[in-house]
Amino acid sequence: MIEVENLTKSFGTKVAVNNLSFSVEKGEVLGFLGPNGAGKSTTMRMVTGFIPPTSGDARVCGISVVDQPSEAKKRVGYLPESAPLYNDMTVTGFLNFCASIRRLRGSAKKEAVERAIETCFLQSVARQSIDTLSKGYRHRTCLAQSLLHDPEVLILDEPTDGLDPNQKHEIRQLIRRLGETKTILFSTHILEEVEAACTRAVIVDRGVIVADGTPTELIEQSGTGSLTDLFRQVTTRDTAAPGEKKKSGKSRKKTAKAGA
Amino acid sequence: MTFTIYKRELSSYFAQPTAYAIIVIFLLLSMIMTFSFGNFMRVGDSSLEWTFFFWHPWIYMLLAPAVAMKLWADEQRTGTIELLGTFPVSIWVAILGKFLAAATVWLVALLLTFPIVITVNYLGNPDNGQILSGYIGSFLVACTFLAITMLVSACTRDQVVCLIVSVAICVTMVLCGYDDFTRELSKAASPAVVEAVTSLGVWDHFRSLNRGMLRLQDVVWFASFIIVPLLGTSAILSAKRS
Ligand SMILES: Nc1ncnc2c1ncn2[C@@H]1O[C@H](COP(=O)(O)OP(=O)(O)O)[C@@H](O)[C@H]1O
Ligand SMILES: [Mg+2]
Repeated sequence: MIEVENLTKSFGTKVAVNNLSFSVEKGEVLGFLGPNGAGKSTTMRMVTGFIPPTSGDARVCGISVVDQPSEAKKRVGYLPESAPLYNDMTVTGFLNFCASIRRLRGSAKKEAVERAIETCFLQSVARQSIDTLSKGYRHRTCLAQSLLHDPEVLILDEPTDGLDPNQKHEIRQLIRRLGETKTILFSTHILEEVEAACTRAVIVDRGVIVADGTPTELIEQSGTGSLTDLFRQVTTRDTAAPGEKKKSGKSRKKTAKAGA
Repeated sequence: MTFTIYKRELSSYFAQPTAYAIIVIFLLLSMIMTFSFGNFMRVGDSSLEWTFFFWHPWIYMLLAPAVAMKLWADEQRTGTIELLGTFPVSIWVAILGKFLAAATVWLVALLLTFPIVITVNYLGNPDNGQILSGYIGSFLVACTFLAITMLVSACTRDQVVCLIVSVAICVTMVLCGYDDFTRELSKAASPAVVEAVTSLGVWDHFRSLNRGMLRLQDVVWFASFIIVPLLGTSAILSAKRS
């Protein structure tokens, strides 16, 4: 459903995403892991057609985002990183606006908005102005926006970032539930989320995939039974001294072999 | 689609005090100017050219940027541009919708000056065709400034920066063709330079509409000073993403 082929993005001389390839099959929930600055958001922005890749291509349901951006965008629901919203609107007003832009009209629009409000538990704030919402409700409102047109593919950028543990739990449940009928790619740097919600996970570091597998495989790969250990082995800490970097490079080779 | 964006932008203007405040300030300023410096009651200028329309570019150069500054700056500051950019619509739809919404705010402000038209009709026997043409000229100047501000707002996420830069550009465009300024300039520069500078200014085209004339060069001038900034907005927004 999502095929990413040799996707590369450079900002000036900085390579944010480096020749990345992976695919997400129908019915999969792929966790996209990596430290801050690994290139997760940049990859997702390219897959959703927000920014053009420097090279490479991404296909959604077989449609290239480079060649047919409009067609590809119709099939994707996207939750951007900080859950941006128009603060001067009410929740329902905002969802109606997004539904209209998605070319929904009349009763189809009304139903879509009601369904999204129900799915994301927004009934109690439906008539409230967005600038008075708490963070959890803001996230869910933006998530509701991505579900309006009942897309086959959902791309969620850090859907649980900045939420309290209860809200995190709710969102994970929601992702799992949505994953039964949709293909989902979601990014996070919270490792429990992988076991809680994903069918498969990839770890990226500095624009390159460094590990790929089901949660169970990845835990095996770590050798210590902990995803955190694997994560720390294969990714670079931004405070790492040059000596430490070498070490993590070595262990990366080891895990790559172990994965193969 | 354009209408959807247009509707959202317009209701956002009127959901906040911005539009009301700007419309009220515009009405107050234009009336104060007309009745004090314009000497409306004494000069008997029934075409409204000098007493009323003359002041509009001076007011617009300060107020039009305040209306349009948020159009893209806010969108970039809050990140909602990422939503717009992933909806299956072209960026043109958003540019047009936003521009038309800002233009509508000015249209409302201009329409609310109708009492002055009633007054001149009551006091004298004006050429209403010429007054209408004056209104069109005034509206086109406002649209020009709005389009330019929109271009500036695509460059920055900071509304204040956008306001300052756009006011500077609009002030320049108002001063450029203004008689006193042109006279001073012609003492110092060659006629070609004076002509080039004057052609950037709004007055030549604004005045001809005030007099009830619509020349081809006015249409071309207004069309290009509105369309080129809109094209530029699209170019800058795409360039920023790559
Ligand atoms: N618009 C941009 N201009 C320049 N550099 C950018 C831009 N967007 C992202 N980057 C850089 O690309 C790298 C990857 O960023 P990002 O994809 O946001 O990482 P993540 O989402 O994994 O935390 C970072 O080093 C970031 O500084
Ligand atoms: Mg990110």
